[in-house]
Amino acid sequence: MRAPSEVRASRGGAAQVVIGLEVLEGYHVNSHTPADPYLIPLRLTWKPGPAEPVEILYPEPKLEKFAFAAKPVSVFTGKFAITTRFRIPATAPLGPAALSGRLRYQACTDSTCLPPRTAEVRVPLNIQP
Amino acid sequence: MNEKEKRVAAVVSSAVGTVLFASVFLTACMPAEKKATASSSSLKPPAERKVAPDFALKDADGRTVRLSDYRGKVVLLNFWATWCGPCRIEIPWFNEFQQQHRERGLVVLGISMDEEGWDVVKPYVTALKVNYRILLGDEMVADLYGGVSSLPTSFLIDRRGRIASVHVGLVSKSVYEREIEELLAQGESSGGRASGADVVRAGLGANGGGAQGARSVRGAR
Repeated sequence: MRAPSEVRASRGGAAQVVIGLEVLEGYHVNSHTPADPYLIPLRLTWKPGPAEPVEILYPEPKLEKFAFAAKPVSVFTGKFAITTRFRIPATAPLGPAALSGRLRYQACTDSTCLPPRTAEVRVPLNIQP
Repeated sequence: MNEKEKRVAAVVSSAVGTVLFASVFLTACMPAEKKATASSSSLKPPAERKVAPDFALKDADGRTVRLSDYRGKVVLLNFWATWCGPCRIEIPWFNEFQQQHRERGLVVLGISMDEEGWDVVKPYVTALKVNYRILLGDEMVADLYGGVSSLPTSFLIDRRGRIASVHVGLVSKSVYEREIEELLAQGESSGGRASGADVVRAGLGANGGGAQGARSVRGAR
């Protein structure tokens, strides 16, 4: 993980975080809304911190047909992004802080699946008056 | 998952003002040895087969099941999970194999790798009408079998308790049918049982290769 540049946000203002992801060719990850309840959805969650997540926006999933499923599966492949909109409370402490989150995902190919994994996401934030 | 199996790198950079941009690159690769076996469909020659490590795992009723309980049988040992789509395709096949070949000495054992345990496994097994024994696996037993880094992974074990073939990923039903038939035919002349000498030899091998792992599995529960 490469440390990000400092990002500035204002007390009482808003911030937007875009998580760009790239899935290795030949693999897919389940979308955030898999039709099958047994499939593990892609999920970004944020820990309580200096900013409050207001909305997490996932892209439109692809419905792809795989040999292992009778119906198309809702997936993400290749490059895509997840956007989170944050609200900075008026009482947020000033100065450097960080947004910490977790990205849960589970990847498969057409014939095999990898175990579900969780990637830590950390975004430095500097809150200004 | 370790670094060899999957690298997850996150590259985070900021844009102007309050807009952040973070990139997480999800890359995954199977170990080379797994790839090498993914398309294998032929049985290993008996002389090259290694003893399948013994283990002790719980079934849905809480009973302890050991691989060594099935010495003298042909065992289809399938590592799977409810979240694994390709694994689901195989379940009806394995139901069929279990029903068709039980009398000839085939035993199908499914080892679920679901972290959530029986809460998710039991309803799934019921819904799919699984007719063979399901056990709850863990990393200990997976390690005994080379890590089992992707699912499904299946081992066909001969009547002497030796691994005759390994399949990583979904392979065709006919591959299993052919291999099961071949393995069942081996030893049928002795009534589906290995000879006494075979049992002793295989048993020693299992103890040497799997006893430590079996202790670990029990200790983890």
